[in-house]
Amino acid sequence: MASTDIATGTLERYGLRDEQLRAIFRNMLLQRQLDNRGFQLNRQGKVPFALGSEGHEALQAGAAMAFNRGSDVLAPYYRDLGLCLGIGLSPYEIMLSIFARAADHNGGRQFPNHYSSRAAGLMSFSSILAAHLPHAVGAAYAIKYRGEAGRAVLATCGDGTTSEGEWHESMNFVAVHKLPFVMLVENNEWAISTPLEKQMAEPQIWKRAAGYGMPGRRFNGFDPLETYAAVKDAMDRARSGGGPTLIEGTCYRYLAHSTDDNDMTYRTREAVLERRKQDPVPAFEAVLVEHGVLTPGDVSAMRKDVLRETNEATDAAEALPYPQPADLYTHIYEGAWEPWQS
Amino acid sequence: MAVVSTQSSVMNNVEAVRATLYEAMKNDDRTLILGEDVGARGNVFLITKDFINEFGPQRVIDTPIAEASIVGIAVGMAMEGLRPIAEIQFADFIYPSYNQIVGEAAKIRYRSNGEYTCPLVIRTPYGGGVRGALSHSVSVEALFYHVPGLKIVAPAFPADVKGLLNASIDDPDPVLFLEHKKTYRLIKGEVPNGHYTIPLGKANLLKEGSQLTVVSYGLYVHWALEAAISLEQEGLSVEVIDLRSIRPMDKAAILESVRKTRKLLIVHEDNKFGGIGAEISAMVAEEALFDLDAPIRRLAAPDVPAMGYAMPLEEEYMSSPGEMADAMREMVKF
Amino acid sequence: MATKQRAASKTRVPFERYGLTDGQLVAIFRTMLLQRMLENRGFQLNRQGKIPFASASEGHEAVQAGAAMAFERGKDILVPYYRDLGLALGIGVTPYEVLLSLFARAADHSAGRQFPHHYASRRLGLHTISSVIAAQLPHAVGAAYALKQSGDGGRAVLTTFGDGATSEGEWHESLNFAAVHRLPVVFLCENNEWAISTPLDKQMGQPDIYKRAEGYGIPGIVVDGMDALTCYSAVRDALARARSGGGPSLVEAKCYRFLAHTTDDDDRAYRSREEVANRRKDDPVPRFEQLLLEYSILEGQDVEALKRGVLEEINEATDRAEAMPYPSPSHLYDGVCADRGEPWLG
Repeated sequence: MASTDIATGTLERYGLRDEQLRAIFRNMLLQRQLDNRGFQLNRQGKVPFALGSEGHEALQAGAAMAFNRGSDVLAPYYRDLGLCLGIGLSPYEIMLSIFARAADHNGGRQFPNHYSSRAAGLMSFSSILAAHLPHAVGAAYAIKYRGEAGRAVLATCGDGTTSEGEWHESMNFVAVHKLPFVMLVENNEWAISTPLEKQMAEPQIWKRAAGYGMPGRRFNGFDPLETYAAVKDAMDRARSGGGPTLIEGTCYRYLAHSTDDNDMTYRTREAVLERRKQDPVPAFEAVLVEHGVLTPGDVSAMRKDVLRETNEATDAAEALPYPQPADLYTHIYEGAWEPWQS
Repeated sequence: MAVVSTQSSVMNNVEAVRATLYEAMKNDDRTLILGEDVGARGNVFLITKDFINEFGPQRVIDTPIAEASIVGIAVGMAMEGLRPIAEIQFADFIYPSYNQIVGEAAKIRYRSNGEYTCPLVIRTPYGGGVRGALSHSVSVEALFYHVPGLKIVAPAFPADVKGLLNASIDDPDPVLFLEHKKTYRLIKGEVPNGHYTIPLGKANLLKEGSQLTVVSYGLYVHWALEAAISLEQEGLSVEVIDLRSIRPMDKAAILESVRKTRKLLIVHEDNKFGGIGAEISAMVAEEALFDLDAPIRRLAAPDVPAMGYAMPLEEEYMSSPGEMADAMREMVKF
Repeated sequence: MATKQRAASKTRVPFERYGLTDGQLVAIFRTMLLQRMLENRGFQLNRQGKIPFASASEGHEAVQAGAAMAFERGKDILVPYYRDLGLALGIGVTPYEVLLSLFARAADHSAGRQFPHHYASRRLGLHTISSVIAAQLPHAVGAAYALKQSGDGGRAVLTTFGDGATSEGEWHESLNFAAVHRLPVVFLCENNEWAISTPLDKQMGQPDIYKRAEGYGIPGIVVDGMDALTCYSAVRDALARARSGGGPSLVEAKCYRFLAHTTDDDDRAYRSREEVANRRKDDPVPRFEQLLLEYSILEGQDVEALKRGVLEEINEATDRAEAMPYPSPSHLYDGVCADRGEPWLG
């Protein structure tokens, strides 16, 4: 991976301290563990649905490290478990979402992995691809309009979403108004079953940036540090009035789209295994161990701790109640609501 | 129903859609299918599984994720002599294509004074009861039934799925074909072999009764029927009509039944305000008010934006056979 | 004057005529004249209170007449937008048909249903036009798919739109799909710099629309939209590429909208007279006239005769169309669907 050069033994850390490198790695472990937990719970019949994000860990943990908590706004999509963890969501909050409990941010209304948290600056989003991007653009406009220097919106999507009209409309608008906005495309090569070549004739999505009149860049999304640098660079430009950027991180979707999908209907196990060789989690582990940022003992301890935290979060969330039937009728408008007024 | 063969097969609704699409693809090379994940994946419900191998990627098109263009491109294909069957993966994703359906497809014939037409089928799975939450559960029929130039079908039984889908494919105008996803694997039935059609706009009298007319469509047809049958033990006689088509709609069947039973209950999963039931109520009030012995009643979803993901929220949103039986009982005893 | 210019031209290098015959050059010029004068007629009729509405295409004459010359009648399909009067004329719509559209008469192709300049003609391969910006682009792509599917080589779709349409999601979805499937379609952008009142810099982050082509993996070409012949050449090449399986192209013709958006628009609210007057200096109609005179394709008296002929044709078409009846009220109910289209059956 690009963050380290085995031959020279250098680690390009882009100014990140050891504890930040460890935090990125822990975030990656946590994402993978929670992802697996969702699939396990589904197989156990405890939850009807879970989404996978394996293969996105490096990209998301790296991007999250470039996000300024308490200041930036995140407009993610439903495969952003690690990004949401990285900006401050707890495993317990994730499990509340998976179990659809009343204490979930959305009160159990939304699908798993459809988080929202005003405290974290995490905008509510739907399952509808690209629908969140105009919202992210609007948020960026609000930041610019109010003159809130130093703030920016980080919006993410998969490669599939870049085909939507709303993706185009969003990119065009942020370019016209030079908004503090970063479009981070997590290109995992698959739109459920549709491979890149059936999605677009030019597979390098970042190349569209020039057509909108904004900078574009591609980076290796299996490298958390290169990701961090690319996202930080773009976010810094956005925060300082330099306008929007389109950045594309290449990664891969190791699991099926969701627990309802069987990816062996459209791709081979061999193709997936081949890409597993580049798995960013063990790769980053090896870099950190090689450079003494972590010892093998530290890694084992960290893994144990992540498992403990996941187990505790699972138990705590599972024990909580579902929302009440009466909760169906709240938060439709401000105040109580009946369509017929008497 | 013009049945070519007397033989039949037992199928569920998914299999009925699949078999009908297969025959359409087999019989007419102008027919093609376009949508998200319809090719290698064979559609998320496996409706078009292996079609791409048999008919090729030119006729089974895995589109980019771009619903406005899925419908819009199908419109252009239809205008130039193909018979596209566009798929919106879930009805919840149909909104970006709203203009292409309402503003374009439904108006092509009219605005060109018949020089161009738009024989197009838009299939989409809709409805709840599957833990689909806000974006995999909606009913969209009321958003479209206001639109002249568009036809809307919502079958409940496998045999109707086939006959109506065939009729929709044959139809010279755009048809929105709604498939209730909860019924996909839940509902099985005899399906005649061979090609046949059921005319759009013809309701089906599922169960005769003398004390109350219940009108429904989609999943709730099955639950209403279950409720009506259960009430026979109490000596109550409820007639159940499956609309099958929402636009056009079978006025004669509704009026004939209502004039007999003198009471009308409309049951649907979509929310009540401005729903299909409102139009039926208004029609019956205009045509048969003095034949009624009780106020018309609608049992429909509450006026909330969606059913939630958590089980209690979904159950609260939807009507159960028990709730339907309660409403029927009250109506009969009114 | 004509004599002097002829003399001057002797010392010049022949202009690039892209293989067009004199007859074709004159035909292009006549389409441009016809477009301009018909357009003025629409505005006149509106001012006279005879029709409620007309839309304008002045400044688009060169790109449209040039593109129309590249269109193969009886083979290609045109999916235009509502500012394509000259393109419609150039592929065979008659002034009489245009006037029927302006007057909303029963004999109009849409039988008076559509706005003026929203023509359709199946005979000419001219798709029915929507007022909804970019809505036609997926149709063009679908039509191109149908051509490809039919294996009917040698045919292509020409679809047009203004700069404003390029901001629409359907624009993006259409280019992307056409590129993925290498469809026989040419996307011709008539960039007139104004989306009603919105100038280019409020519409897009950089003003060269053709540059977006690279992001879709298709050729992008830019031409002077005030020059009929380079427009012809670019569209001809792009259509030839499309017809021979080379896939789609994005052609951007930079022109200018000289008039207000429509008779209902007052462009003084958003742009200065000076700007418009300044751009008028590049008016494509006198520019092309000058070229034809300069190279003796036409003499001064030929031009006068052409203009008289065009005016007579328009006058005649106006009178004929105006004399025709409106559609009957009952026509409101016709042709909703192939059947009666009644929502209630029985």
